[in-house]
Formats: sequence, C-alpha cells, structure tokens
Amino acid sequence: MTDLTQLYQQVILDHSRERIGSGTLLAPADRPAGFGSSHQVNPTCGDEITVEVGPGSGADAHRWEGAGCSISMAAASVASELLTDHGRDRFAAEIAPAFRTLMDSRGRGEPDEELLGDASAFHGVSKFPGRIKCALLAWVAFEDALAQTATTKE
Amino acid sequence: MDPLETARVRGDFPLLERTMGGSRLAYLDSGATAQKPTCVIDAEQDFLTRSNAAVHRGAHTLAVEATEAFEAARAAVARFVGADTEEVVWTKNATEALNLVAYGFANASAGLGGDEAARFRVGPGDTLVVTEMEHHANLVPWQQLAARTGARLRWLPLTDDGRLDLTDLETIVDDSTAVLAFTHVSNVLGTINEVDRLVARAREVGALTVLDACQSAAHLPLDLHALDVDFAAFSGHKMLGPTGIGALYGRKHLLDALPPVLTGGSMITTVTMEETRFLPAPQRFEAGTQPVAQIVGLGAAVEYLTEIGMDTVAMHEAAVGEALLSGVREIPGVRVLGPLDPTRRIGTVSFDVEGVHAHDVGQFLDSRGVAARVGHHCAQPLHRRYGITASTRASSAIYTDTADVEQFLAALSEVRAFFGAHA
Repeated sequence: MTDLTQLYQQVILDHSRERIGSGTLLAPADRPAGFGSSHQVNPTCGDEITVEVGPGSGADAHRWEGAGCSISMAAASVASELLTDHGRDRFAAEIAPAFRTLMDSRGRGEPDEELLGDASAFHGVSKFPGRIKCALLAWVAFEDALAQTATTKE
Repeated sequence: MDPLETARVRGDFPLLERTMGGSRLAYLDSGATAQKPTCVIDAEQDFLTRSNAAVHRGAHTLAVEATEAFEAARAAVARFVGADTEEVVWTKNATEALNLVAYGFANASAGLGGDEAARFRVGPGDTLVVTEMEHHANLVPWQQLAARTGARLRWLPLTDDGRLDLTDLETIVDDSTAVLAFTHVSNVLGTINEVDRLVARAREVGALTVLDACQSAAHLPLDLHALDVDFAAFSGHKMLGPTGIGALYGRKHLLDALPPVLTGGSMITTVTMEETRFLPAPQRFEAGTQPVAQIVGLGAAVEYLTEIGMDTVAMHEAAVGEALLSGVREIPGVRVLGPLDPTRRIGTVSFDVEGVHAHDVGQFLDSRGVAARVGHHCAQPLHRRYGITASTRASSAIYTDTADVEQFLAALSEVRAFFGAHA
C-alpha cells in the first residue's frame, strides 16, 4: 500500500461519506441532568464539530454535527459507532485512551482491533503528523461531552 | 520569460531540486513563503562568517562594516519599493509592521506623542475601514484598535467574482474615516485592487491609508510613492528573502510623529529617570537588537529581483497565472475563487473542489509531489463570504515553470475520483 492509501483506507472514506451519529443537535437551553455538549475547532483549517451526549443514558443518546476533512468526519463517525456499541464507561475508560495511544504511535503502534473496531483503520493516519489533529478533533469533543455528563448528574 | 531563462532561474534555487517521495517537486506555495536563491543563502552566511557585529554602536571596524551592510540593505529595499531610505522601518514581519501602525494610533489615542501625534488620535465617532478580503493581519489589529478606542470598524464588501465592491465606497469611506487599510493583492483570490481609486477617496475625506503589500512586493513592480499610500507593510520571506524580517513603509513626516510601540535601547536620544526623547524614524521604531543577517539576506533578495527586473517577473507570473487559471477552470467539479479575468489577478489561484475538503485535496496533491496551501489562508471572513471554510491555493513565483503547472493540473484532475466525489 502506498502512504496515501494507508492514510485514506476504504473504511475511512466510507465513514466520511456515510456518517454514523451525525444529526441535528438538540441544544437544550436548560442543560438537563446527564447532558454534555462540546464544540471543538481546528484553527489551522477551520474544521469544527459539536458533540452532544444525553440527556438520558441510552446507548445511542448522542449525536454530532460537523464540517471538515474526510479524516475528521470519519473519526467522528467511528467514535459515535464505538460509543453506541460499548457504552459510555468503556468508551471513556478504554477505547478513547487506546485511540489516543494509537494516534501518538507515529505508525508504530499495533491497534487492538477487537477494542477499536473501525478505528483501527486510523493506524495509517498516525504516520502523518499534520493529520493527527484531524483524527483527534471529534474524539476530544466526545471525551469532553462525556465528562460533562458526570457534572450535570443529579 | 522564455523556458530557457526559467530553467536558469530555477538553477538559482537549490531547494527546487528536491524530490518528494520519488516525484519531482512542484512548489506552488510561494504565497505562503518563497524559496530562497543561493545569493540570499550566501549573503546571510557570508555576513555571519565575515562581518557579524553589533550595528549602530561600537567603533571597531567590524561594527562599521556590519552597520554599512545593515543600512545598505535598507537603501536597497527602499529603492525596490519606491521609497526613500529613511521611510523603511525594519520589523519582524508584515504582521508586526501593521500592528506597529495600529498600536501607534492606540498610543496616540491614549495621549502619547503630544500635539504632533494628534492626527493619529481616534475615538467614538471615528471609523476605521478595512475590506472583507483582508488577511487577518490587516483586520485583527484594526478590530483591536476599535475595541480600545471606541472607534467603529467598517469594511468594503466583496463581489461574487472576488473583487472589492466599491458601489458604496463614498458612504463607507466618509468624513468620519480616520484609516483606510486594504490589501494591494488578495492572498487568497489573487485580485489586484484599484489602489488609485481607494487612495483618491481616502484623500478626499482626509483618511490615512495603510497598504498590505505582502502579495504584491514579490510579484509586481512596486512604487509606493507613485501609489501615494501613507503606510505599507511587506514581509521578506515572501519576496525570496529570509524569515524573521519584514518592513513598514511610512511617509517620513508621519513616521516621525507616530508614537513608537516598542521602546528601549537604540531608539532614544536622551533618557533621564523621568522621561525619554525618541530618535526620528526609522530608528525610533527599531528598539533592541535587529536581525542583521536576515536584513542583509533581504537586501540580496531585492538585488536579485532587481537584476531580473520586476517587469519580467510580472510578465512571467502572468503567463503562469493564466495557465493555472485556465487549467483549473477546465477540471469538472472545481470552482475557482476570484476574478476569471487573468489580467485582474496575480499568479495565484484558489479553488474549491466539490465534495472534497481542501485538506484532503492538499494531501492528495502532496502525494504527487505538489506543494499547495490548504485551509482558510488567514482569511476566514473571505471564505465565509463564499460559503466555505477552507480552500486550496496554488501560488507561483519567478521560478514556477510549465512543468509545475502541468504536474499540478494532472494531480488535481484525479482528486475527485480518488475520494469518490462524483457529480
């Protein structure tokens, strides 16, 4: 595989087009219990994303809206899928840290495919220092929104 | 310039010999920073190897040599932009030059500089006018000045085809206008603005003019006296010179009255424990040790451009720009930003690829050895005006050749298929 096809693996291109969890934000004014919302911007390219988690604790009680490159949009889609599949606790405690470790690996890390699922495809992205921020933008937003749900709990 | 001469010019730029992952390098990011000819690299090295010393202080031979080299570069740069030598102030970059003017206004508005600086005082009731196409460096400092003084910021809008919309020029620039700050050439659209018309209107209402000349200084013959602007800023690294050095041009009597921003060593006549008197321009703005080797390098850069001749440079880049523009327009699903008339722009073409984000476009081009710029190019309001957050930009310079253009166009024509963006 060339570097370019390692970066843009088919699974990433697919997620960038068929975006899981992308939907209209609720933006409740009263920030109800168990609700978290995080807006993140990449100032170098203008990419942005808003992630909402809650209200409620259902597996699919989250959504995101964003505009950006294929890497950043695919990363949001994959994060949304993993959060639904594994639940908030495992996402925050195991999956997000494993994704960060993979992104820090400069292409040398071995992704745990059982844990990371489609996010394993981002292995190639970690070889491109200029694109790691793209991959992490949505994940930072998901982690931040999840952390907020704890502080808005009754 | 014919192809043979372009080949000779390219030989002066050692970096262009690099290959990128097995591909020939097509460097089309000169709008961000230009590559350096050997004479610039050598001038910096020679200065550091043979003549390095503190300038404007000390009586030893090296100090004299260093000071002469420092001031000779100022004279060369002044000649190059059509200014008098003492009208050129060294700054770290164009951003610092523009801030130096805006903060000079702020200092005057706070009461510094006495009666001489009265004409720089602004406050509620005054307006500062910029344009919607400005680089953030010629927008944010004026926003800050407005916030600090209570003056109001206004701007000239853009037409759909990337020109300044001057329909309401007379109402936007009116008797309340203290400053009209605008770019000579848009760093995104490549549009060459009608400086004469803007300056004439500013003169009518007594406003001072500030020109961002970053994208014109390296590409068009520049005569600041003929353009009749009050201040202008440009950066060394975009005109084949080193990074870390730029310049502010100002009419001498204005520079001598504008309160300095950086104060301290090298810019004073007498200092007591109570107060300080400042030197006239340009020294009053050059506090502290200056980047002398870079200044010497910039002097070599403008001598190099002068030797080729800026008319020749402009003619060459116009031909490259026309080839870029017509080539990009022929590719389906690619929308050019800015004027479609090549005579109204420099050799810079920004575009939006339908269905593919600029970052992905840039990554694909990079895999084919093409270095182009992606993002908002420090012009977020401009991109918002055209309904996008980012674009891809191909920008040329004196060393850009037909092979660069062809390599770029061939790569660009593959982008949408690679990302599966079909109409």
